[in-house]
Amino acid sequence: MGSLQLKSIRKAYGGHEVLKGIDLEVKDGEFVIFVGPSGCGKSTLLRTIAGLEDATSGSVQIDGVEVGHVAPAKRGIAMVFQSYALYPHLTVKDNMGLGLKQAGVPKPEIEEKVGKAAGMLSLEPYLARRPAELSGGQRQRVAIGRAIVREPKLFLFDEPLSNLDAALRVNTRLEIARLHRSLQATMIYVTHDQVEAMTLADKIVVLNGGRIEQVGSPMELYNRPANLFVAGFIGSPQMNFIDGDRFGDGEAKTVGIRPEHIGLSRDGGDWKAKVIHVEHLGADTIVYLESDEVGPLTVRLFGEHRYAADDVVHATPVIGGMHRFDTDGRVINSGQ
Amino acid sequence: MSKARTSFARTGAVHFALIAYTLVALFPVFLTIANSFKSRNAIFREPLAFPTPESFSLIGYETVLKQGDFVGYFQNSVVVTVVSIALVLLFGAMAAFALSEYRFRGNTLMGLYLALGIMIPIRLGTVAILQGMVATNLVNTLTALILVYTAQGLPLAVFILSEFMRTVSDDLKNAGRIDGLSEYAIFFRLVLPLVRPAMATVAVFTMIPIWNDLWFPLILAPAETTKTVTLGSQIFIGQFVTNWNAVLSALSLAIFPVLVLYVIFSRQLIRGITAGAVK
Repeated sequence: MGSLQLKSIRKAYGGHEVLKGIDLEVKDGEFVIFVGPSGCGKSTLLRTIAGLEDATSGSVQIDGVEVGHVAPAKRGIAMVFQSYALYPHLTVKDNMGLGLKQAGVPKPEIEEKVGKAAGMLSLEPYLARRPAELSGGQRQRVAIGRAIVREPKLFLFDEPLSNLDAALRVNTRLEIARLHRSLQATMIYVTHDQVEAMTLADKIVVLNGGRIEQVGSPMELYNRPANLFVAGFIGSPQMNFIDGDRFGDGEAKTVGIRPEHIGLSRDGGDWKAKVIHVEHLGADTIVYLESDEVGPLTVRLFGEHRYAADDVVHATPVIGGMHRFDTDGRVINSGQ
Repeated sequence: MSKARTSFARTGAVHFALIAYTLVALFPVFLTIANSFKSRNAIFREPLAFPTPESFSLIGYETVLKQGDFVGYFQNSVVVTVVSIALVLLFGAMAAFALSEYRFRGNTLMGLYLALGIMIPIRLGTVAILQGMVATNLVNTLTALILVYTAQGLPLAVFILSEFMRTVSDDLKNAGRIDGLSEYAIFFRLVLPLVRPAMATVAVFTMIPIWNDLWFPLILAPAETTKTVTLGSQIFIGQFVTNWNAVLSALSLAIFPVLVLYVIFSRQLIRGITAGAVK
């Protein structure tokens, strides 16, 4: 249905370069997520794909066709915005049908497609209402419905869940995952929330400062981060970074260990440390430590544990849980 | 307001201030209307009194309606005002949309240039305007007035509307683009309805000076067929004798069309369909 190729996309505003040469291939039916800190260019990249911004140089191809000079409406895309962007003066039904109406699709066909999309999103009771009469979650479902009705080659989502509260966010996330399965459509999704990225994506693209840091499946990024940035960005709480010298490791500048890859014991272990603070989350217990040997450490333990501040404990890294990085921040592959 | 945040004294003070302001604002209107229904002697003897059965007189209105073509003057005023407002709103909104929506070289300079007219009174150019109108054979036509008033109203309209249009969500416009709306459709169908309160404000600010203007009708269109109400009323004000009955009656009549237009626009000011469009 839809594939996408980006070739050395650059985008500059005045002298400021926001995208510094992006190459990416998205296969048909893939769910690709752009993540990165704010200002990394992920939204600009999405807008460039949509045709709402022109790339300064480089090429965008949808299904092998160069679309650099094609209007957004003719690119076969649909977009869902963070602020919903529903037309305030139109009913839900007209909001969803406007794109088809503009394209000259006959009325009965529009009715049928809107009805089908409304059924998928359980929006039937609201078809005659205006956006102002809907709740936030319903509005975002209408916005998603508006995208589905167009039957696009590419779905583009621009932080669609950011305006929703936590419970709705989870529901809508599940809904989007379900839609992706049932529509088998290619979706590109921008978020700064790594939980959304990890749970939804087939492929995550980590962006930083206008460049791609790493592309891979969620588990690839988690288990084999290519550099310090990805290692620090993916995973929560953040990976512990320890100065290589403290290990006496001549090769690695920095060693990273995920908080869940460290074991704690009162009796004995590799690093003696003092407990600074403990967060009890029910399913997890997060323990913040200060160790003389390796500095501050965050440890994530599963289940409930009765540690308290000022306890003296021993931390031991799980074997194989270490990530070693060279002076440029790139990972050193030693026997993995 | 909730009961917890109000006290009798504070509410009283607020109402006192508002009532006092209302009285001050309405007093000239009251004076004009009340005296327009009185005989000439009564106006001068007791200017502040209500018309009584003895002092009541319609002589002013009779004079106004007999002398000259007052219905025609009214028509001229309404045509000039309504057409000018329509043109100011249309072109002002279009220019404001271009300035706020598109990034192009000289955008800021163009905005400043368009707003310059707020600071420079158009009357400074009267001689040149008159020469231009003579050259184009537009003297003594309503078109001349409409052109001048459109030019006069545009700077403020562009200034106010471009500020408002910047607040319209980019996502909404982009959603329109993806749905295949043309830039004109985005302007007319998405942006204009959302800035309607601002349009009403501009309309009110544009309307009042045009309706009340004496200068340009006197210079550009003093012919009998193109006189406006303000100019038409001037025949009753002489250098030595002023027919106050007629002047006050003419002014009383002139209040009503503006009042009607104002009511129409202020309804737009209050009505807001924008709520909940974008969060």
